[in-house]
Amino acid sequence: MSAPSTPSTSKDKATRDSFGEAIRDLGKEFPKIVVLDADLSVSTKSVLFSKEFPDRFFQMGIAEANMVGTAAGLSFTGLIPFCCSFGAFVAGRYETIRVSVGYSKANVKIVGTHSGLGIGDDGYTQMGLEDINVMRGLPGMTILNPSDDATTKAAVRFAATHEGPVYLRLTRQKLPQLHKATDFQCGRGIVLKEGKDIALVGTGSTVIECSKAAQSLSKLNPWVVDIHTIKPIDRALIKTLARNCKLIVTAEDHNIIGGLGTAVSEVLAEEGWNGKLVRLGVQDVYGESGLPDELYEKYGFSANKITEKVSRLIG
Amino acid sequence: MGAQDVTQQLLPKPRGTIKLAMLDSKLPQRLPPEKLNEIATRCRVDILEMLEKAGSGHPGGSLSAIDIIVSLFFHEMKSNPSDPMWEDRDRFILSKGHGVPALYAVLAEREIIPKSELATLRRINSRIQGHPDRVLLPIVEASTGSLGQGISIAQGIAMGLKHQKKDSRVFCLLGDGETQEGQVWETALSAPKFKLNNLIVFIDNNNGQIDGHVDQVMDLRPLADKWRAFRWAVQEIDGHDFTQIIGALEKARKETEKPSLIVAKTVKGKGVSFMENSIAWHGVAPNKEQLEHALSDLNGGHKS
Repeated sequence: MSAPSTPSTSKDKATRDSFGEAIRDLGKEFPKIVVLDADLSVSTKSVLFSKEFPDRFFQMGIAEANMVGTAAGLSFTGLIPFCCSFGAFVAGRYETIRVSVGYSKANVKIVGTHSGLGIGDDGYTQMGLEDINVMRGLPGMTILNPSDDATTKAAVRFAATHEGPVYLRLTRQKLPQLHKATDFQCGRGIVLKEGKDIALVGTGSTVIECSKAAQSLSKLNPWVVDIHTIKPIDRALIKTLARNCKLIVTAEDHNIIGGLGTAVSEVLAEEGWNGKLVRLGVQDVYGESGLPDELYEKYGFSANKITEKVSRLIG
Repeated sequence: MGAQDVTQQLLPKPRGTIKLAMLDSKLPQRLPPEKLNEIATRCRVDILEMLEKAGSGHPGGSLSAIDIIVSLFFHEMKSNPSDPMWEDRDRFILSKGHGVPALYAVLAEREIIPKSELATLRRINSRIQGHPDRVLLPIVEASTGSLGQGISIAQGIAMGLKHQKKDSRVFCLLGDGETQEGQVWETALSAPKFKLNNLIVFIDNNNGQIDGHVDQVMDLRPLADKWRAFRWAVQEIDGHDFTQIIGALEKARKETEKPSLIVAKTVKGKGVSFMENSIAWHGVAPNKEQLEHALSDLNGGHKS
């Protein structure tokens, strides 16, 4: 396996850790925040909140549908519930989310950690690979998939103050610092680098892959963009990319159906853009065990693979 | 006699006398069984008329549930017609959302929604949807109809009220067939853990569901024992006997720790001879002729 391994620095942090710290810290400021977990608090990092505020933490056991419905009920009494599990498990309780949260306009924050192939060796059943897809079909659902510590913390704060359902998608693996907290604004993508003709668009864990690919492709001077809010999608920014680019590459640790690539393609098609869009990500298949870097390489959305793809198309 | 004439006879009289009993309209009304029976009869008329007008809906499970819902709103619950979303109200969640004509009829009787609105059931732009919608009509508390979810929501409300030191209570009505949903048993397991003595759940045990008798579709027996095993305070009553309903509510009020589960034996289509215990009337509205027949049944003292 020739995957370039990513040496992690002390500043690297999994976005689930950023969430755990953020929700613990926001607990003081927002007395109405309560947290529910389904026996994964050590993994989702909601354990940090539970230690600080034991009477505001509800351990629901391994029963995610009941957790989601209960969170809806809690929100109807004016509380701000965050319910946490792996993205795969909580998004899998779609029908409860659809009616008890979505249709009900419940002020519930659904936190799905362990997104994508990036969780590595635990294998497919633990990977949130279709979670964005199911959430995107729910009217009024805000979907946040931040790429680093600062924007994750800003996203948690946004979720706490926003009236309405939010799906917050988080990583198990560590990610490097890319942004300042003030860079995060819900529904507004972040341009890491302006460029010419080519845009590399990532979300969550793939933003760093796009950024590294851009370094390898520095002669081509591509744009690098972080779309941390999948819904509502930043139409204005995508239109800007459409005006300036003939090739747009999206990369996501999610099925290419119903995720970032789909959301971007919808805007581009509606705008009548006649460039080429390449959607990198999990190509409508199930995942498997492996190291995160190996998997990103095998499934074709590592920095290396993004570089190769662009070089082949341009060269 | 036409349907209209029968309605005239049934509807107007008792209103004023009930009003006098309402010293503080927000407090539990504590109406006695005979008054509850009068109100329930008027609600049955409303249910049948609104279903006939809508041309679709669920009479069987509305008529089996109505006596319980009337008892809650006119005997047990704190509710406030002049400010329906009053913070200190008790909550009622109809987990079996398809029985919502019964809830609309009671809300109209309690003067929380105008009676004239009942004619808009299932019509476009109406607040009174085919299944409860809390966004359009907040007093229904939860949007239900996807079975198994209402009890989780009820639990969450009960937890939220307790957490915020409110003494309001939460009442929930499940269908018996609904308890075939796995989510119900997740809540059955969790509510005792949280010591939700402010949660009182009824099961409308009419033994009917769309595809047949509950016993045959997916047998729930022994139903009460299952809930006992899950550590609820369980009672078994006749869900059409107001004295028993009130008695069970009084007992539930005294629970200091356990959530209450009341298995109410009921009759699907109760009060209408040709609908009683008939699976065929689960989800079919009466036509004009059937409505007249049904109303004369209700007027003829066939109700127990």
